[in-house]
Amino acid sequence: MSETIDEKLKNYRTAPFDARFPNTNQTRNCYQNYLDYHRCNKALAAKDQDQTPCQWYMRVYKSLCPMSWVSCGTSALIVQS
Amino acid sequence: MAHPSQLGFQDAASPLMEELLHFHDHALMIVILISTMVLYIILAMVTAKLTDKLVLDSQEIEIIWTVLPAIILILIALPSLRISYLMDEINDPHLTIKAMGHQWYWSYEYTDYEDLGFDSYMTPTQDLTPGQFRLLEADHRMVTPVESPIRVLISAEDVLHSWAIPALGVKVDAVPGRLNQTTFIISRPGVFFGQCSEICGANHSFMPIVVEAVPLQHFENWSSLMIEEA
Repeated sequence: MSETIDEKLKNYRTAPFDARFPNTNQTRNCYQNYLDYHRCNKALAAKDQDQTPCQWYMRVYKSLCPMSWVSCGTSALIVQS
Repeated sequence: MAHPSQLGFQDAASPLMEELLHFHDHALMIVILISTMVLYIILAMVTAKLTDKLVLDSQEIEIIWTVLPAIILILIALPSLRISYLMDEINDPHLTIKAMGHQWYWSYEYTDYEDLGFDSYMTPTQDLTPGQFRLLEADHRMVTPVESPIRVLISAEDVLHSWAIPALGVKVDAVPGRLNQTTFIISRPGVFFGQCSEICGANHSFMPIVVEAVPLQHFENWSSLMIEEA
């Protein structure tokens, strides 16, 4: 990777194009990043490592997911996807 | 915006809408030419005094009126497919906005940096000031920077709605539990209106969409102000 995670987070504008979700329906994109953020946190915490890289997933899911889906917690997102 | 006795589309405010406008002109011209020709032929045949009972077939004209329509159809299909693929181009948005449909208002969320969210209700007719547009104005507009690729994610909190802005060539269904994406670039500063385009109850006609495109600096000032007020 040419950019470090810190640079990527500093230069973050909005969620970039994700080739896994090329179509109109972005529901899964939101859900996947939400999951990835929590899994990343859990995995890095288990290894006692710095959780800064997980911030990327948080920025992306915050950009994509409606606030009401996130504030209701995981159950709302599971239902939506 | 729309004008009384308007016949054509609203002036395009995005490159995609410009393409759609030109394609529509192209297809409509072909349709008018064909219709005029057919009408002329019908009139000519009906008013002709001579009849020929001995003509049984003619290879030449059969070939012409098979090949020519095929060519015309190709001439329509090629620009149509071009625009269709243009709409699906991969682009790199600078900003993501979420538009959530409710009964009966829209709410907009700008969450790339801070959590900014606000509702947009139609301005009631009795509260309009002179110069404002009936059933189109809203109390809070969706402000966007001009000439930047913008991603809008559309969903709904209750029933089906649809987020549409004719001047930008955008119409996307708002489906509860689903996040539909559209991207566009607004070519010029201005205020662009749209209306909910999926029947959603008693006040379906009274939940307009207003997008205000401003230079980037103005957009940044507006978003800071909105965050402070919240």
